[in-house]
Amino acid sequence: MRILELWKSWVVATNDFSIFWKKKYIVYSLIGIPVTLSIGLPLALRLIMQGNPISVSELEVVLNAFAFLFILLASFLPTILASYSFVGEKLEKNLEPLLATPTTDGELLLGKGLAAFLPSILTTYLGAAVFMVLVDRLTYGALGTYYFPNWNTTVILLVAVPIACAFSVGVNIIISSLVSDLRAAQQLGILVLLPVGGLYVLAERDFKSLEIGNLIIISALLLVADAFLFYLSRVTFRREEILTKWK
Amino acid sequence: MIETENLTKMFGSVAAVEELTLRVEEGEVFGLLGPNGAGKTTTMRMLACLISKTSGEAKVGGYGIGSPESINIRRMVGVLPESVGLFDDLSAYKNLDFYGRLYERTEEQRRTRIEQLLTMFGLWEKRDVAVGTFSKGMKQKVAVARALIHDPSVIFLDEPTANLDPEASKTIRDFILELKREKRTVFLNTHNLDEAQRICDRIGIMKTKLLAVGRPEEMRDSLWGRKTVVQLERLTDAIVAAVQRLGPAKVEVRDSELVVEVSDPDTDNPDIVKAIVAAGGRIRFVSDLSPTLEDVYLRLVRN
Repeated sequence: MRILELWKSWVVATNDFSIFWKKKYIVYSLIGIPVTLSIGLPLALRLIMQGNPISVSELEVVLNAFAFLFILLASFLPTILASYSFVGEKLEKNLEPLLATPTTDGELLLGKGLAAFLPSILTTYLGAAVFMVLVDRLTYGALGTYYFPNWNTTVILLVAVPIACAFSVGVNIIISSLVSDLRAAQQLGILVLLPVGGLYVLAERDFKSLEIGNLIIISALLLVADAFLFYLSRVTFRREEILTKWK
Repeated sequence: MIETENLTKMFGSVAAVEELTLRVEEGEVFGLLGPNGAGKTTTMRMLACLISKTSGEAKVGGYGIGSPESINIRRMVGVLPESVGLFDDLSAYKNLDFYGRLYERTEEQRRTRIEQLLTMFGLWEKRDVAVGTFSKGMKQKVAVARALIHDPSVIFLDEPTANLDPEASKTIRDFILELKREKRTVFLNTHNLDEAQRICDRIGIMKTKLLAVGRPEEMRDSLWGRKTVVQLERLTDAIVAAVQRLGPAKVEVRDSELVVEVSDPDTDNPDIVKAIVAAGGRIRFVSDLSPTLEDVYLRLVRN
């Protein structure tokens, strides 16, 4: 069995980065959505704090809940990129010459996956950094200390966010193999937000569910789902299927 | 260079290619002709290791398709699919450079080869322009350049001149002839019979099965037979009878013309002329009736 030549995956990924950079809607989405979240949430917090005094414990609940939204962001951004990576190329018929090169299915899949994963994770982190700086400036007076970074957000950003992002990439690869329309792929891809959104709603009902232990359990479950999805996407991403059945 | 034996591809219960046995020699330009759905693209995809075979055997450059060696086949073949499949947002240079990297070429090799190919196609000045702005013919040239970026010894071309204007088609055809001069093996799928006749050393006609294979002129002769047309001032029953007495396979009468099926025109034609003159006929012209490749193709495919 041939070992993956990772540099080939990187070549595929960097080519996709060049293409994404030329697609305005992708660039605007990748920048606009994290910026909206990272500035919008502190603005909302400011409005909450201006309206009525808020206790420290209540403020912590709100901040943890806001931080959790970056998991949702990391799940959403790959729906834009991964759907283009596969359905876009299917529509533009770029896959056949790509499949004719001496690359394996695994190398192509990994390259395409990285192309969706890396920009999503990078812009999520940048957005989270801006969010934490703004929130710290806003809440320092009320808390007497900088709330971010803390262990909760460290687990969210370094564990849950990449795992959720990989989960979204996996789901979107599978969806892309089933549909032939870019918009349909993106709309179906958004379904990935349901489980993560469900966790967010549960967290909102009970502050304790956002504790580090629970975040790690959630991340572990998503990691298992990632492994299953990678296997499933390997099964789905077969060059013969792509050439003969993807219409 | 390319050998197949009973190569078969089934999609479910539908046979796309049935028991294809053929051999393409090194440096040969081989054309595969057939109607839509005949299995030409499927054959090419199997040989380029893009899809699997159902049964039979095939080797390209000594490597068996469908084996762990098939990655070596992909290294040595260049493929031009029916759709150009370029990245429209990227420049011609970047498109070619990307594929050069995947074909494991060094930066220096890529730079030299890209310049060579784009210059040859008259696109070097436009190397940094996004291919999305190119005409169909220019895109096709870039796609051909992509198929050759790694200097392959075997090139698969699927309808390379389809939908191109005559000038662009000629450029591509001339380039295929250049590949032939370089002794590369070219496997060409085409609907264009004139093109096949002009550039292919041998052709195969298929309709899921291989119906015939050979040099275009041999195929015409073997499938159609050779015919001599004698145009006369006036055709009489005596002349027809005189020619029939010579024992040809078939004699057709068309107005003032006689169409005589001959086995060897060099020896048969003088006898025919002699017989006609002896029967009182006055001959205007004697010519060879040459069926076109299209005639041969249609006869095979319709049967």
